[in-house]
Formats: sequence, C-alpha cells, structure tokens
Amino acid sequence: MIRFTAARLVDMAAVLALMSFVIYVLIGLMPGDPIDLMRSADPHMTAADVARLKAVYGIDRPLFERYLDWVRATLGGDLGYSRLFGTPVVTALLPRLVNSLALMGASFALAFLCALGLGIAAARRPNSGLDAAINLFCFAGVSVPTFWLALILILVFAAQLGWFPAGGITTAGNADMADRLRHLVLPVATLMLANLGGYTRYVRAAMRDALAQDHIRTARAKGAGEARVVFHHALRTALVPVVTILALSFGGLVSGALVTETMFAYPGMGKLIFDAVMGNDYNLALAGLLLATATTLAANFAADLAYAWLDPRVSYR
Amino acid sequence: MKLPLALLAAVAAAAFLGPVVLHAAFGLGTDDIDLLNRMSGQSALHPLGTDELGRDVLLRLLEGGRISLVIGIAAAIAAAAIGTAIGLAAGYLGGWTDRVLMRITDGMIALPLLPLLIVLAALDLDKLGVPAALARSDDISLIRIVALAVLIGWTTAARLVRGAALVTRNRDFVRAARSLGAGVPHILWRHILPNVLGPLIVATTLSAGDVILLESVLSFLGLGVQPPLASWGSMLSNAQELVTSAPSLAVYPGLMIFLTVIAFNLLGDALQNRLDPIGRSIAG
Repeated sequence: MIRFTAARLVDMAAVLALMSFVIYVLIGLMPGDPIDLMRSADPHMTAADVARLKAVYGIDRPLFERYLDWVRATLGGDLGYSRLFGTPVVTALLPRLVNSLALMGASFALAFLCALGLGIAAARRPNSGLDAAINLFCFAGVSVPTFWLALILILVFAAQLGWFPAGGITTAGNADMADRLRHLVLPVATLMLANLGGYTRYVRAAMRDALAQDHIRTARAKGAGEARVVFHHALRTALVPVVTILALSFGGLVSGALVTETMFAYPGMGKLIFDAVMGNDYNLALAGLLLATATTLAANFAADLAYAWLDPRVSYR
Repeated sequence: MKLPLALLAAVAAAAFLGPVVLHAAFGLGTDDIDLLNRMSGQSALHPLGTDELGRDVLLRLLEGGRISLVIGIAAAIAAAAIGTAIGLAAGYLGGWTDRVLMRITDGMIALPLLPLLIVLAALDLDKLGVPAALARSDDISLIRIVALAVLIGWTTAARLVRGAALVTRNRDFVRAARSLGAGVPHILWRHILPNVLGPLIVATTLSAGDVILLESVLSFLGLGVQPPLASWGSMLSNAQELVTSAPSLAVYPGLMIFLTVIAFNLLGDALQNRLDPIGRSIAG
C-alpha cells in the first residue's frame, strides 16, 4: 500500500511537471507580452527601447531556459506579481482557492447525496414509472447548459422573487455568516444541478449491477431485510465504481465552477483564471491553471486511495 | 428513438430552410438592424420580437441553430475519424504506441478542460504561424471551435476502437485472414472496424451533443463564434446584460440548446439500447 501510494505520487508529480511546461508554452502563445503592454501604454517607446527591455527581462532568451527560471522561482515560492490585482500572485490566489473549494465542496456533497437517493430509488425498481422519470431528469441534467441554468435561476429567484442575491459573496458592510450563506445558495444550486444528472446515472448503473449479483440473492435468501440488503450489501459494492468515476469527474466540477463563478460574479479560482486570461495577466493565469490542475490531480489521487480502501479485493503490489 | 429523431429533424429543417423562407417571404435578413424597433415584443413580422439592435430573434435563432448543428456534427465526425485511426494504431500495434496513447487519453479525462480550453481559445494565431489571410477571416472562429472540440473529443473513439481491436485481433477469423495473406490495412478495415462500428456511432451521436454544449459555453464566454455571426451561445451572451429588462432574449437560445442536446443524448441512448439490448455498457 505504501509502495502503491508512493508510485502514484511520483506519477502525479510527473504529470504536473509535464502540464506545467504545456501551460507555460500556451501562456507564451497568447497575444502580446509584458513589453507589448508597456509599449501600448507609452507611445514614446522606440524599437531600441523594446529590444533593450526584452533583454533586461530576459524575454529574448530561449523558451526552455525561461521555463527553468520560472520553475526555480516557483519552487522558491515566488510566483511573481499579478497585473490585474497589483498584489503578489499568492495573495490574489489563496482566498479565491478557499472560495472555490467551499463552492465545489458544498455542490459536490449535495449532488452526491441526492444522486445516491435518486440512483438507488431508480435501480430498485428498474423500468418502473419512477425509473423512467428519474432517467429523463438525468438526461435533462446532462443536456442543460450550466450558464443558462444559472441565468434562469437568477431570473426566477433573484430578479422575480428576490429571495436570493444574484451575485457576489457578501453584501457590502455585512459580514455575518447568514449573509454569506444566502450568497452561496444560487451558485451551489447551479453547480449541483449541473452535475446531479451525470452522478445519478453512475449510481443507478452501479446499483443495478450490484443488485443483480449472486451475493444479493444469498443475502435475501438468508432473510436479510430490504434495507440491509440495499444499504449494506448492494451499496457497498456499488460505491467502488461510483467513487472512482466521481473523483475522475472532478475536472468537470472545476470546469462547471468556472462557468458558475463567472455567472454569479463569485470570486473563485475559475473566474480568476478567466479574468486573468482575458486581462493578459500571465503570472496569475499560469499559477491559477497550475493550481486547478494540481487540485484535480489530487482528487484523482484520493479516488485511487478510496478505491483501495473500499474494495478489499484490490491488492496493490 | 422516434421522438429524438423527429426533434432533431425538425430543428435541422427549421435551421437550414427557415432563414431562406423568412428572407423570401418577408425580406428579413439575419443582420438587418432596425434601431427604431429595438427589443420589441411579439408582432406579426417578428414572432419572437427583436433584440437589442432590432434584429429579428426568430431568424437569428434559426441561423444560430444552423451554425451550432454544423459545428456539432462536423466536430463529432472529425473526432471519431481521428480517434478511430489512433485507436486502431494503439490496439493493433500494441507496445509503446499503445502505452503512450493510453496515458494521453487517461490524462485528458483527469484534466480541468474548460480552463485550459479558454487559454487555447485565446491563443494568438500569428504566433502559431497560421496564415494571416485565414487568421483574419470570418470563418476562423468556427474552425477554431471545431479544432478545440476535436482536440478534446478524439479520446472516446480512440478508447472504444482500441478495446475492440485488442479483443478482435486474436479472434480466429482474424488469424484465418492473416494466414491467408491479408495485409494489415485489409484486416483493420474489413475485420476489426465493422466490429466496433455500432458503439462508435453511439459515441459520435453523444459527442455531437457535447460539442454543441462546448460551443455554446465558449461563445457565451466570448471565445467562440464571433459577431456578427449568430450562435445560441453568443445570443445568450448578449442577452445576459439585458436579463432583467428582456428576459425572453435569454430564454429562447438556451431552450434551443437544451432541446437539441437532449435530443442527441436520447438518440444516442436509444441507439445503444438497440445495438446492445442486454445492457452491457459501451464503456466496457
């Protein structure tokens, strides 16, 4: 188990290193560079000034050298300054990471619990009216554009009914917990609904497989009650593939969070990455993308461990 | 199976024929701006009203549908073709090719794709060496979306085809063909590909819906289809700012995306049930 964990960690570090290079190259291919931005701000700059500045900041050096420099600085804890926020990148990044994790954590937990309920209900009575209704709901869930769902929720619950605020994270001058929670309701509902359909389909499929297995018949034959059969025998089996697939879909959660945060002006990582890319804030975009990738990889890693823990048959050399 | 097919046929017919008919009957054009008649309600000439520039909403909805459908189907087919080629190579050749390709597909599943796509959509095409004539043309935004959708979409087909190739390549009829002197292209084309055609069609149908969702998100964020071209995503993007004053502008395009994507998904599901009535999932 320890060797398995170590091997997966090495794997993760390799993927992260590869992705950091890919992201670095991609950011370099975005329009303009820091000197171009200076030049557009200062019409008196000459071509000679530009060449001199590029040499001073090292932008004229080969790509790989610059990448290694950046890695060295990053590992030393120096992620540079953010152009948009005028603060060190870390200062801009960390509070937003916390906000995003709150949004994603709450949505994931709610979606997972609801998916368990709906998926189990559908799997217990295959081809019933309830199963068909839940199935249709799942199809609707995976087919609805997240940003449109957000727009409709804003339209109904913020604009028409006025129950919840349409965006932001707190009301100015009001910092109590209840106010924060009120701001979380619509974003969490959006992200939860956007993922619920897919999750429910996984649970339903896994529960149907689990309920069809021989040990379930044995448990029933021994006289185990329905609740014990479903929750103890079948659910335990079904959770193994479900947990794996849900953790693998964490990348989708991050993507959904980006859209949700943008729609609700919620200051999280997704909106930060979007704003940084749009605003030519290279340092911030780099760090944000890398952090999003690292978070996703960490979730996949957790899935691997959970898989080993849930399924005693899995042995890792 | 009939309902989603009928729905898709209706959307396609309306999107391709509707603009022509409306133009011939009422002389309406997609980009006709009527500033004296902005955000008007429903009328005989404009059944769904007009938008913030006085353009006919129904006509733009149909035009946008044409663009969304063409992008969705083109990208899904291109991704399936590329994925098939890669999957055949990985499954039949095996060895290093296989290992590298499968690691890449594993990695793609785990990544946060939308943030990365946003960077890709924002790339400077001049720095990539795309000819300026192409980079400045109106079609570049369409080509860019198809390219992005193919870039992330090929993995599904590659996995399916690789799995089938691995299973089939040692079956007796393939061995027989090989011993009779059949070349690799012949075996791949005649013996292995037909065995995976069903699941491949299902996956392509499902991915057409995914591409339409992707297109709408990118266009909504301002990185997809560029004005003045209409697309459901870009119409929603414009409508977002007017959501309190003209909510219907935001409702129609989203409803169209929803109906089209759910039709593709239901069609894929129905096809899958028909091909595989026992209910083994295609993911294996």
